[in-house]
Amino acid sequence: METYYNPEDLSKFASIGEGAPELWKKFSAWYGAVFAEGTLTEREKALIALAVAHAVQCPYCIDAYTRTCLEKGSNREQMTEAVHVAAAIKGGAALVHGVQMKNSAEKIGI
Amino acid sequence: MKEAAAGEEASMNHPAASCGVSEGNSVFICAASRGECNPKEILKPFDCALADSDLFPLTARTVSVLQINLGKVCNQVCKHCHVDAGPDKTETMSAATVDLCIKALKNSFVPTVDITGGAPEMHPEYRRLVTECVAEGRSVKTRTNLTILGENGYEDLPGFWAARAVEVVTSLPYYQKETVDRLRGPGVFEASVEALKRLNSAGYGVLERLPLNLVYNPCGAYLPPSQKSVEADFRRELKKRYGISFTNLFTLTNMPLGRFLSFLTASGNLKMYIERLRSSYNPAAAFNVMCRETVSVGWDGSLYDCDFNQSIGLKCAFGSPDHIRDFSVERLGRRRIVTAEHCYGCTAGAGSSCTGTVA
Repeated sequence: METYYNPEDLSKFASIGEGAPELWKKFSAWYGAVFAEGTLTEREKALIALAVAHAVQCPYCIDAYTRTCLEKGSNREQMTEAVHVAAAIKGGAALVHGVQMKNSAEKIGI
Repeated sequence: MKEAAAGEEASMNHPAASCGVSEGNSVFICAASRGECNPKEILKPFDCALADSDLFPLTARTVSVLQINLGKVCNQVCKHCHVDAGPDKTETMSAATVDLCIKALKNSFVPTVDITGGAPEMHPEYRRLVTECVAEGRSVKTRTNLTILGENGYEDLPGFWAARAVEVVTSLPYYQKETVDRLRGPGVFEASVEALKRLNSAGYGVLERLPLNLVYNPCGAYLPPSQKSVEADFRRELKKRYGISFTNLFTLTNMPLGRFLSFLTASGNLKMYIERLRSSYNPAAAFNVMCRETVSVGWDGSLYDCDFNQSIGLKCAFGSPDHIRDFSVERLGRRRIVTAEHCYGCTAGAGSSCTGTVA
């Protein structure tokens, strides 16, 4: 079945460098540095990435960082909590706009 | 998506890329232009990787460990078992072959004996073998699935081991019940926790002379985490939740063999997992693979380069002894090692061996 998202495309990610190799090289180097152990551990960074992957709803990133989180030693409970953090921020972001709705209603109401 | 990018890069750099691919049977023919390989020899992808690391052909350095597999009989049926062990299995070492193992140890100096199975404790000659090896002055390590310690007739084993200073190596894939029971069967986690408490009471994992080492393996088609980080997790959580202590934790990569291979095939993960292992090839891990210092004896006395080769019947070859009756440290200590696709399991990332990571 034809689909916009093909799991096999994940392994073709590097092919995007064909159009702009220098930019890809810079992106790859920066990306690698971002996820290297720093003040945050690689495990913590992978959990953040998993949460962000859900927030931006990227299926490639969800596949990649589910595996990365497991390989960095996180368990399903921790990963589920990370997804809840993303969901809470997304939900909160929607809800807090309710204040704008109230302001707007107030403005046009009598 | 770093993983994808890294994997792609690794796949482009993979030695197999310069070899001719024979579709369907995974055989690669090394390009003569590469120079390192004998153009007359058909090389498997793993051998090409070794050649690129100046390690082909892979040879033994010595024999410091004799691993004795007493057979496939086990009280558990684990989903990841590469031996395909279980209660209904009949493959078991004869008393005569146990004698040959003891004779081989008496006639040569191999410092460490590593006893495995199945559940080796269920073998009728197990205690005699342990006692004789200790009497010969060898360091003995025994692999236990833990639950056997709760079965009738095996409750005294912690004391038996402690009296002989046997090193205990136990399987415990995680510190959470749900994960362990999913992999090893219902009730296994609680029985394992009880067994670990009893081992602690006997001094294991508490006294320096009684090491209690845990073996972690991933619960699925992915590589193990850093040994150091997961050991810290286990130490903290087992102590906090159950008051359990242990000495070291070893991470082990799941081998694409036996029941784990069946899982990979049935779940559609085989291709991805093999590629993951291949793209994670680490020359430093390959340099230190355990088969370079280990010989594995099968239940019928056949000799293998490792327990994994044993599980698929790949005996020692290239002119080296292939039965315990012909055991020779001098000859086996410089043998050429038989390799296959699953060898990537021992060379991926930080490597994997019966004593954990190697790089």
